[in-house]
Amino acid sequence: MATTTPSLNQTIQDVFNEPGCGKNQAKSEKERKKGCTKQLQPGGAAGGCAFDGAKIALQPITDVAHLVHGPIACEGNSWDNRGAKSSGARTYRTGFTTDMDENSIVFGGEKKLYKSIREIVEKYDPPAIFVYQTCVPAMIGDDIDAVCKAASEKFGTPCIPIQSPGFVGPKNLGNKLAGEALLRHVIGTQEPEYTTPYDINIIGEYNLAGELWQVKPLLDELGIRILSCISGDAKYKEVAWSHRAKAAMMVCSKAMINVARKMEERYDIPFFEGSFYGIEDMSDSLREIARLLVERGADAELIDRTEAVITREEARAWAAIEPYRQRLSGKKVLLITGGVKSWSVVAALQEAGMEIVGTSVKKSTREDKEKIKKIMGDDAHMYDDLTPREMYRMLRKAEADIMLSGGRSQFIALKASMPWLDINQERHAAYAGYHGMVELVQEIDRSLSNPVWQEVRRPAPWAGEEASWQDRAIGESADMPREPTAPAKAA
Amino acid sequence: MAQIVKSTKACTVNPLKMSQPIGGALAFMGMRGAMPLLHGSQGCTSFGLVLFVRHFREAIPLQTTAMSEVATVLGGFENVEQAVLNIVKKTGPELIGICSTGVTEIKGDDLAGFVTQIRDRHPELADLALVQVGTPDFTGAFQDGWAKAVKALVEGLVEPPPADAKRDVRQVNVLPGCHLTPGDIDELRDIIEAFGLEPTFLPDISGSLDGHIPDDFTPTTLGGTGREEAAAMGLAGWTIAIGEQMRPAAEALEKKAGVPFRLFDRLTGLAPCDELICFLSEISGRPVPRKYRRQRGQLVDAMLDGHFSIGGTRVAIGAEPDLLHALSHFLHEMGAQIRTAVTTTQSPVLSELPCETVLIGDLEDLEEGAGDADLLVTHSHGRQAAERLHIPHFKVGIPMFDTLGAAHLVTIGYRGTRDLIFTLGNMLMEHHHEPQPEDWRDAWLQLTTAPLTEEEPVP
Repeated sequence: MATTTPSLNQTIQDVFNEPGCGKNQAKSEKERKKGCTKQLQPGGAAGGCAFDGAKIALQPITDVAHLVHGPIACEGNSWDNRGAKSSGARTYRTGFTTDMDENSIVFGGEKKLYKSIREIVEKYDPPAIFVYQTCVPAMIGDDIDAVCKAASEKFGTPCIPIQSPGFVGPKNLGNKLAGEALLRHVIGTQEPEYTTPYDINIIGEYNLAGELWQVKPLLDELGIRILSCISGDAKYKEVAWSHRAKAAMMVCSKAMINVARKMEERYDIPFFEGSFYGIEDMSDSLREIARLLVERGADAELIDRTEAVITREEARAWAAIEPYRQRLSGKKVLLITGGVKSWSVVAALQEAGMEIVGTSVKKSTREDKEKIKKIMGDDAHMYDDLTPREMYRMLRKAEADIMLSGGRSQFIALKASMPWLDINQERHAAYAGYHGMVELVQEIDRSLSNPVWQEVRRPAPWAGEEASWQDRAIGESADMPREPTAPAKAA
Repeated sequence: MAQIVKSTKACTVNPLKMSQPIGGALAFMGMRGAMPLLHGSQGCTSFGLVLFVRHFREAIPLQTTAMSEVATVLGGFENVEQAVLNIVKKTGPELIGICSTGVTEIKGDDLAGFVTQIRDRHPELADLALVQVGTPDFTGAFQDGWAKAVKALVEGLVEPPPADAKRDVRQVNVLPGCHLTPGDIDELRDIIEAFGLEPTFLPDISGSLDGHIPDDFTPTTLGGTGREEAAAMGLAGWTIAIGEQMRPAAEALEKKAGVPFRLFDRLTGLAPCDELICFLSEISGRPVPRKYRRQRGQLVDAMLDGHFSIGGTRVAIGAEPDLLHALSHFLHEMGAQIRTAVTTTQSPVLSELPCETVLIGDLEDLEEGAGDADLLVTHSHGRQAAERLHIPHFKVGIPMFDTLGAAHLVTIGYRGTRDLIFTLGNMLMEHHHEPQPEDWRDAWLQLTTAPLTEEEPVP
């Protein structure tokens, strides 16, 4: 490893050059330099910044103090708002920030940062402190690498600089920058007490709503040990010794591909890309885990045991979903989400007999889109940029019976008096594994069959002759053609 | 009299404070057909958006100039111009309210100049109102951002009346502080209208964030005060400002249009409500409606019933200055002791708070200072502290992300104060300590450690 720390720009270029990412490799040198994200459009952008992405990726490490170096906006407006669950430590839910004021801007914020680290060590004594760089201190030139280095030496607590100022790019880039920080400063710095041929890493799983715990019992049953989950319900030391795993599964599409790929390169840990969403995806993932472990020296009988578990669990899941298939058959779903969920959830919903009338692919990679095509067929309605107005129109015209999306767009559905389900990071329900898919189907059924929809669409007694748009929407839904009117297809 | 202490910690732990730009953005959301725009990195907007969505449980219009690293070094104006043009194209707003952020303030962007430039370059946007306000993240707090944005709205939209114009004495301007919920504003509107007066709220988040179902989809705000209503505020007989934070806006309105103002530092509690009602009766020339005479009686009765459970309790309270002011004086009047008070930013009201010290700090300070408090009063982020302290948590302020009906929590007026007494009293009664056999075993020891309150007995 290089002894000098590469600059943030170098790191970003490095991330853009990711050989594990087919999309980037297909680009010319010049194109690649521009990065993988579309130029953000002022007045038309939505979504988080790189800092947001870095925090999403790392905050699930539960025993670490996550210290945000910046003015109050970055942490004050956003802390303790993510659904990653912990089996023990609560430190990750404490909001730490240097809350930079005018003084720190004028004289530099490094001193305040150093003192903040000392206070955290003295009061909370965490195994490590992650220091997040934000726009303002990046602009005034605060060197958090140097402060972290000095503080680590002085206090004996590893202080990890996360170079993630918001203006360098969107959330997805932040995920990767977080991964770079782990690769550079954390992974490989500790040794596990013991290793087994059944040790795996799960990369890019954040244990939102406890989803890792929906999967873990099956791994436990198979004798497979999660040596490290990066980063759901992880302890610092577990990430630090993750380089001793025999194989890895990369969960969240490309968000942390740099971590998976570089760990393969550096530590010879083979990985595959898989998903815990959807029955078949779950089975495939278990198979892949078993296959990789056996390849790396685990007893071949693991494969038979895995197949037995898969057969049993699939049968249970199908049996649990069967009663719903009839009720949900033909129900139309509008799926507004990003990246991996756009295809992994599609398969799951189709398993329950539902029809996907549209899915957003704004954040999806080309591979994601290919997968969607494979699953949904060539006439898959993929939307690159579905405007809120268009979503609203689709719901109102009853081109969809239910919308699945993140919290920010929920009101587009609710204001149209249409069912909506949260499938993003703030959600409270867990949908992973075999159980999770049954739960998702149950939730959708519960939502669709709730009599409240009839109630809320009831017009006010004083409403005039002219029917409200809601009546019109209901009227139109009655004689709707089965095929949705052709929406603009993504290129 | 309280001493104001600023926390000396380098590290803020569990922030109570939120930033100025989103306070400003919320004020713009109280305008009809508005799109607030934060001039900064897209994360500034995204965090604010998520926060408001979770609090109001509403779609929130909020856009960003999406400053990239390169734009931060080289550009600025182009981003603002493009953002305005894109918003106009996509959403056709009546008003765009622009707030600066830390990034663009450090960069030194001259928003006022930008707006002038946009006006020059785009005569086709003549019908669009553009209001800008400087709200760096590294000074002040949410409340300050709100106050500055309202002042900017006054300066940008209110038209000075012509010299021969006759004031309409029935017209009343209301400048509500950001501590008033949509429910509070509705309550206040009812009270003012009961005197035959016609209030114009600037801004009016009750119209836009009260959770109503709109007739059609609109990506901008769904209600709120219209530009022409704001323009006409210069003809009103009076301005009523709620909360000390609204003084600069009220003064600006007086300066610009000559409308005299009366500032009510709070509307929670018997005496301040009496003052408001008397004032309204005076300026309207009407007697106090029967409804409010009855409500006053109900409040007095609630105070009598409620003082048993609220009196003598120790309260730890963390809120922005005006909300802190309203709640702590009210609690004090009910006989509660303000064990510790933490706030976010400087304000003239702080030194008058009914406690020894008030700390400009965070929720860690509040938790530490709470000690043997019986009740925690702060926004939803106090939930972890309340859990550790094993005391009830009355959630109030922004954000309230784990509560239904945050927009409809009413704590002002006779009725709002009455209901607040019931809510707090019930919380405290539920946590009432059941006597245990060992309670009095070492009772003398406990008695000597309990401090006497400094209050003089009322003769």
